[in-house]
Amino acid sequence: MNFSEVFKQTNQLCKVSPDGKYLATCVQYRLVVRDVSTLQILQLYTCLDQVSHMEWSSDSLFILCAMYNRGLVQVWSLEQPDWHCKIDEGSIGLVSSRWSPDGRHILNTTEFHLRVTVWSLCTKAVSYIKYPKACQKGIDFSRDGRYMALAERRDCKDYVCVFVCDDWHLLRHFETETQDLAGLEWSPNGCVLAVWDSCLEYKVLLYSLDGRLLSTYSAYEWSLGVKSVSWSPSSQFLAIGSYDEKVRILNHITWKKITQFEHPAIIDNTKATVYKEAEKRPGVGSDEMPLHNITMGATLFNTQSKYEICPLPVQIPVVKPDPDRASPKIGISVLAFSSDSRYLATKNDNMATAVWVWDMQKMSLEAVLEQTSAVRCFQWDPLRPRLALCAGNTKLYLWSPGGCVSVQVPTEGGFQVQSLNWHCSGDSLILLGKEQLCLCYMDTDQEDNCSPDKNM
Amino acid sequence: MPESSTVKDVLSSSVECRTSPLRRFSLSALHRNSLGVFCSEDNVQECLSHISQEVSSFGLRPAWTEPGSGSELNIVAALNCMYDLIQLHRRGLRTLENMEVEQLKSNSNVDFLQLSTTRLKEQLEISKRENTGLLERERQLQLKVKSLQNCLKNEKEEVQKLQNVIASRASQYNHEMKRKEREFNKLKERLNQLLVDKKEKKQAIDVLNNIGRADGKRSLWKTEKMEAKHEGEMYKTLLSDYDTRQRELQLENAELRKVLQQMKKDMVSILSSRKPAAKGDKHEHGGTQAASEEEDDEAFDSSKESVELYCVHAREKLTNSIRLQWRRLKSHVERLDSQVSSAQTGESKSTDAVPRETHEEEMDRLKLEIQQCKDFIQAQQQLLQQQLSSPCDEETASLLSDCYMLQEKERLGDEWKTLEEQRKIFERERRNFTEAAIRLSHERKAFEEDRATWLKHQFLNLSPFSDSKKPSLSKSKSAFLISAETDSSAAVAPEKFIKHRSESPRCVPLTSPSTADLYRTLCLIPEDSSTKPKRKTEHVEESSVFCGNAPVRHKRWDGIQDRTLSQEKNSSI
Repeated sequence: MNFSEVFKQTNQLCKVSPDGKYLATCVQYRLVVRDVSTLQILQLYTCLDQVSHMEWSSDSLFILCAMYNRGLVQVWSLEQPDWHCKIDEGSIGLVSSRWSPDGRHILNTTEFHLRVTVWSLCTKAVSYIKYPKACQKGIDFSRDGRYMALAERRDCKDYVCVFVCDDWHLLRHFETETQDLAGLEWSPNGCVLAVWDSCLEYKVLLYSLDGRLLSTYSAYEWSLGVKSVSWSPSSQFLAIGSYDEKVRILNHITWKKITQFEHPAIIDNTKATVYKEAEKRPGVGSDEMPLHNITMGATLFNTQSKYEICPLPVQIPVVKPDPDRASPKIGISVLAFSSDSRYLATKNDNMATAVWVWDMQKMSLEAVLEQTSAVRCFQWDPLRPRLALCAGNTKLYLWSPGGCVSVQVPTEGGFQVQSLNWHCSGDSLILLGKEQLCLCYMDTDQEDNCSPDKNM
Repeated sequence: MPESSTVKDVLSSSVECRTSPLRRFSLSALHRNSLGVFCSEDNVQECLSHISQEVSSFGLRPAWTEPGSGSELNIVAALNCMYDLIQLHRRGLRTLENMEVEQLKSNSNVDFLQLSTTRLKEQLEISKRENTGLLERERQLQLKVKSLQNCLKNEKEEVQKLQNVIASRASQYNHEMKRKEREFNKLKERLNQLLVDKKEKKQAIDVLNNIGRADGKRSLWKTEKMEAKHEGEMYKTLLSDYDTRQRELQLENAELRKVLQQMKKDMVSILSSRKPAAKGDKHEHGGTQAASEEEDDEAFDSSKESVELYCVHAREKLTNSIRLQWRRLKSHVERLDSQVSSAQTGESKSTDAVPRETHEEEMDRLKLEIQQCKDFIQAQQQLLQQQLSSPCDEETASLLSDCYMLQEKERLGDEWKTLEEQRKIFERERRNFTEAAIRLSHERKAFEEDRATWLKHQFLNLSPFSDSKKPSLSKSKSAFLISAETDSSAAVAPEKFIKHRSESPRCVPLTSPSTADLYRTLCLIPEDSSTKPKRKTEHVEESSVFCGNAPVRHKRWDGIQDRTLSQEKNSSI
């Protein structure tokens, strides 16, 4: 495992192009595009203000930089550095900007969710979509980029609009049976739309592409409901994480619950492996202290850590949420399927230090990773069943069915990994610190992620 | 009954007696006071009359017929009377004793009863106390239940109230929210309007030059045709999705059907192999089994044609047959289970199927057997004890002597046997020897003759007749040959019995009358010699199994120990 040198970035704006060739980062008001393999700067663009959002077009030819506080969007072309495009939303304001899947349209959501403006780069045409709903996830494009689902609120009722992205033709428009729609998500095959209600009510609705209601699922009433929803890449399962600390898995044929994964504080499932991160501080007074370590300075204060397999049962530290505060820190907030749909990683908010990995074939708990600090972010390798996670410290953690590794990021100045992104090839990882970034290259052979408890 | 009546009699008589002695004693006391002695020369008559009165009052015959007839005492009558009195007295004493015993018994009974009453009273007290305690507890529990019920009711009411509150608040909030939302929408509209109207800062796009579409095509007009195309495409994607799904499901179904088929086959094979074995329970199920078997065969036929599998009927048939087989298998397994459990709980249950009478009969029979065995054992023990404790006892003495005689006889028999064997051997030897002697004598004779002829020849050789020599020689030769043969045969026999010959060389010269004598004596007890070995083993058995071979022994010991046998018979019966 190798690490690149550290680069600067702001607002954690750092994205690899969809074709995997380029790395775009924003530093203040500058946009830097590098070659991923050499890390040489290919292009350098200067925006009008500090960038708050940056996104690659699907064909990796254009980069969108949004400056929300100025209501401005600037688009840069990689092939034609001279080409420029500036979209000004004017005094109506801007809260969100994104590419359409074809990479030729930009969808801007104005302040107060007054409307969605669709700008065409081909024709300079502008079209409006009124009454977009301000919610957790109000817009979703199907995986093939053909359809867009948009949540709409008019006359105090929820609607879903299905647009054809080609020409923004409104294909379907139907009312949903929700009190207060919170989000929608296409199945990866683009045929089923999952719609869920706000957390006040546990309700998940499944609509076909043509607007038919396929099924409604509700696990319980009264208490806080759905917190997160995720489709498996095979479109076979729909995982629903809720405030009752459970994940329910629906199947794609009957849309009924297959199983539910509970997140108990005491793990006594004998089939599961519990990896506990154990820190060991290098003893200051020990004679073994190598001299060059002192010279390295920053690493001196870094503690080594490694995973230990805990004998069951294991008690996971639980933080009791404050009942008086809104949106309590409890329940399953993050759900992620591995690329082969074999594993599901979850995080329960009141057990912030633990990541749970479930085997979807056995429908059982596979592993629990108990970290010393709260988990910030985790992401699956896009090709392999390999989970990378970070916990806001100087280490990178990897889990694979073979075992678990904790890797110290060997950079100066206490690089703390806040977030991470896989390169689409699965060969490298982009680690994002507060104002820095660093690339981590995986060994191409599977050697090191199979050896458990290997401390690097 | 008769005893009790006599006792009653005795009682009544004793009651009678009780009054009379008092009177008598008072009288006698009176007499004594006046005269010092009860009877003296002077008052014989008085005494007599008095006594006769007394006696008659006892209900006895008076000692004399008439008091006035004569002062002479009828001695016989007096004696009789006395005897009767003594009898009476004795009886009285006995009844008194009995009464005392009775009294003691009843006293102890009374004590016991008193004791038990006190105990029972205590128990009663305790149980009463317990009862009151339990009642108290029950009352408390009831109170508790009541309070809990009240609580529950209250809680329910509370819940209802809260739910109502929640519902009302929710509806209120919803209403409020809707109102706010409407206002919000109005504001949005207004804002939109204002922004559109506003000239100074407009939305704008500033592009250097338009870029082409990603697919390189020109953008299309929104026409109805396009709409239709979109619809078509949408349905196409849906269709393809359903297609793939259907295909997947079909595959899965085929797989599952295969599994089902396999399962069915297995089940059929298992059940068919079971059927002949379990023909016994076949008639239990009766007609259903037969009917299902027919169906079985049908299903089997259909399953063979795998082409038909996908048609609805075949599928139904398959599932039905599977269900059927499964049910049968289940029942079979359940039966097995129940069998196992019944076997575990005990065979008594299984024998319950057998009529109770036979069961009881068997029990009776077994009990009887046990009783017999016990009797046998007891008898044996008794005999043994008798043998050990009192050897001087006549019976046991005879038994013992019998036993000794038996032993002696056995010993003798053994000796007889060995002797007979020896005798046989001797006889054979003797025969051999006699034969040999005969042969020897023959040979001697021949030799003698030969010698005579030889001498004659010698004699004649001296004379001029020499031609008659040859035939005579040949004859002697033949005689020698014969003797050689017999010798060889005789040599074989002695070899066999060489030991015996060495042991008793005297037997060889034994004369025939002596051996015949021996033989005759042996012949006198031929059965003994034949039964001897058997008896010996039987004797060993006798100690171990006493009761089993009683009849056998009866045969064998015929006439030897009739007495013991009769005893045994008594004990066994």
